[in-house]
Amino acid sequence: MTNACLTFRDLTLGYGSHPAIHHLNGVVRKGSLTAVVGANGSGKSTLMKGIVGVLKPMEGAVVRMPGVRTAYLPQQSELDRSFPARVVDLVSLGLWPKRGMLGRYTKEDRESVSKALMAVGLGGFEKRPIDTLSGGQLQRTLFARVLLQDADLILLDEPFNAVDAKTVGDLIQLIKRWHGEERTIMVVVHDLDLVRQNFPETLLLARQPVAWGDTKETLRPENLLKARRFHEAWEENAPWCEPDAHDHGDDLAHDRHHHHDHAHGPDHHHDHGSGPRAA
Amino acid sequence: MEFFYGLFIAPFADFAFMQRALFGSLMLSLGACPVGVFLMLRRMSLSGDAMAHAILPGAAAGFLLYGLEILPMTIGGLIAGIIVALGAGAVSRFTIQREDASMAAFYLISLAVGVLMVSIRGSSVDLMHVLFGTVLALNNEALILIGGIVAVTLACLAIFWRALVAECLDPLFLRSVSRMGSPVHFIFLGLVVLNLVGGFQALGTLLSVGLMMLPAAAARFWTVRVEPMCVLAVLIGFASCIAGLLLSYHASLPSGPAIILSAGVVYFCSILFGTRGVLRARIVHHRHRTA
Repeated sequence: MTNACLTFRDLTLGYGSHPAIHHLNGVVRKGSLTAVVGANGSGKSTLMKGIVGVLKPMEGAVVRMPGVRTAYLPQQSELDRSFPARVVDLVSLGLWPKRGMLGRYTKEDRESVSKALMAVGLGGFEKRPIDTLSGGQLQRTLFARVLLQDADLILLDEPFNAVDAKTVGDLIQLIKRWHGEERTIMVVVHDLDLVRQNFPETLLLARQPVAWGDTKETLRPENLLKARRFHEAWEENAPWCEPDAHDHGDDLAHDRHHHHDHAHGPDHHHDHGSGPRAA
Repeated sequence: MEFFYGLFIAPFADFAFMQRALFGSLMLSLGACPVGVFLMLRRMSLSGDAMAHAILPGAAAGFLLYGLEILPMTIGGLIAGIIVALGAGAVSRFTIQREDASMAAFYLISLAVGVLMVSIRGSSVDLMHVLFGTVLALNNEALILIGGIVAVTLACLAIFWRALVAECLDPLFLRSVSRMGSPVHFIFLGLVVLNLVGGFQALGTLLSVGLMMLPAAAARFWTVRVEPMCVLAVLIGFASCIAGLLLSYHASLPSGPAIILSAGVVYFCSILFGTRGVLRARIVHHRHRTA
């Protein structure tokens, strides 16, 4: 696949010996806008961490397109809000990919910081200490930083938390602008209506991928039901996953761009007929 | 005028040992105070104290082998400090244990080893010397050493400034854009050790951490930005050194505690009168703006 921005190869991510993402296969096309949905604990944030590389795979791999620049807005930021910094200092961190550790910030850089703040509706907030921002303002500040990173691959983990309706609209516009600029975007979202209205593609997770593809197909009631039945808790004595035992998840993944390593029978898909192609 | 000269200038003008003490302690402030600001902002204020204890066995080993010589004691302290810093840092980075716990474990072990080593040699006067130092006995060797440490510290801070700020402000972000996160943390711990070791000849292992932390803690009450905070901490450090040395000279007090207590006075004044201090928060906030 020449236009693959991300390729998941039998990817298993997790904590201890327990998988949070179980044998995920598939491809995220360059320039695609994908919503990642699923219940709590279904592996959404884990997948994001795996893509960024802060969590190493237990098995398999995430292959990024060479030279791709990634911006990541985590769900639980490790941001220290008591640190004496101004909004402009925080947003300027987004210049790191461009200026690195030592490069001087130019006049243009400062202008681009102002523009980014303007774009998220925080024009004139440059000099505000970050400990005076509200939760939603802080979220928008972090969006401005993502904007400044000028990344090809943008990963947003629940970016609309604690953000008011008007701002969600603004941020969605921003995301659509990025989409128009051929950037690859994956967003973890909980609001399914928002997904239906704004995201062309959706990945529905329940540790395994339940469905992945066109949003309308993915979010069909039977898929949602299946995702809801997902058992969140780990079982301490769950059986070990043997190489040929994982016969569910991977087959449902993005069948259109399937990289299949296992010799499964052709009727296998029908057993779990909820993937985009089977639909 | 005569009185003023006698009080403030004469001690430094007339005595070479006072000049050395002043020069050495001012240089120490230049390096240690900004490092202290970052220690405080990383909520590692007590780690400085822990590191100061951790240096002891190294310094003691140098002392046992070579007597009261600055270089072996410094190198020994450096080695012990770096082992503890790297060990504690590595345990917190690669296991679930937080840095406060691993640091406590490592420094206590190190301290016990140090006390054991000093006690082998015997007298508690020696131990007092290692623990409390004396700024009035700085020789050329010590001054050169301190100068080198300050130069390295300032150079490292200048080079790694942005990474250090990013690592304090938003470590996860730094990890997502760069691999500098862990290296910069260890470099920073190295600077802490270096400055504590630099200070222990002048102030002793225990009080050298005072010159690092007190000005930083005081500066926090005056500004909301890192750069001015570091500059202010250095200035407070300077003032404390001058005041402490004069106090020690005129009142025949030990110089180390006099310097640290001077910084302590600045700290308490800052709590009360700082722009972000107690009084201001109480008084000014009766009025508010419309937006």
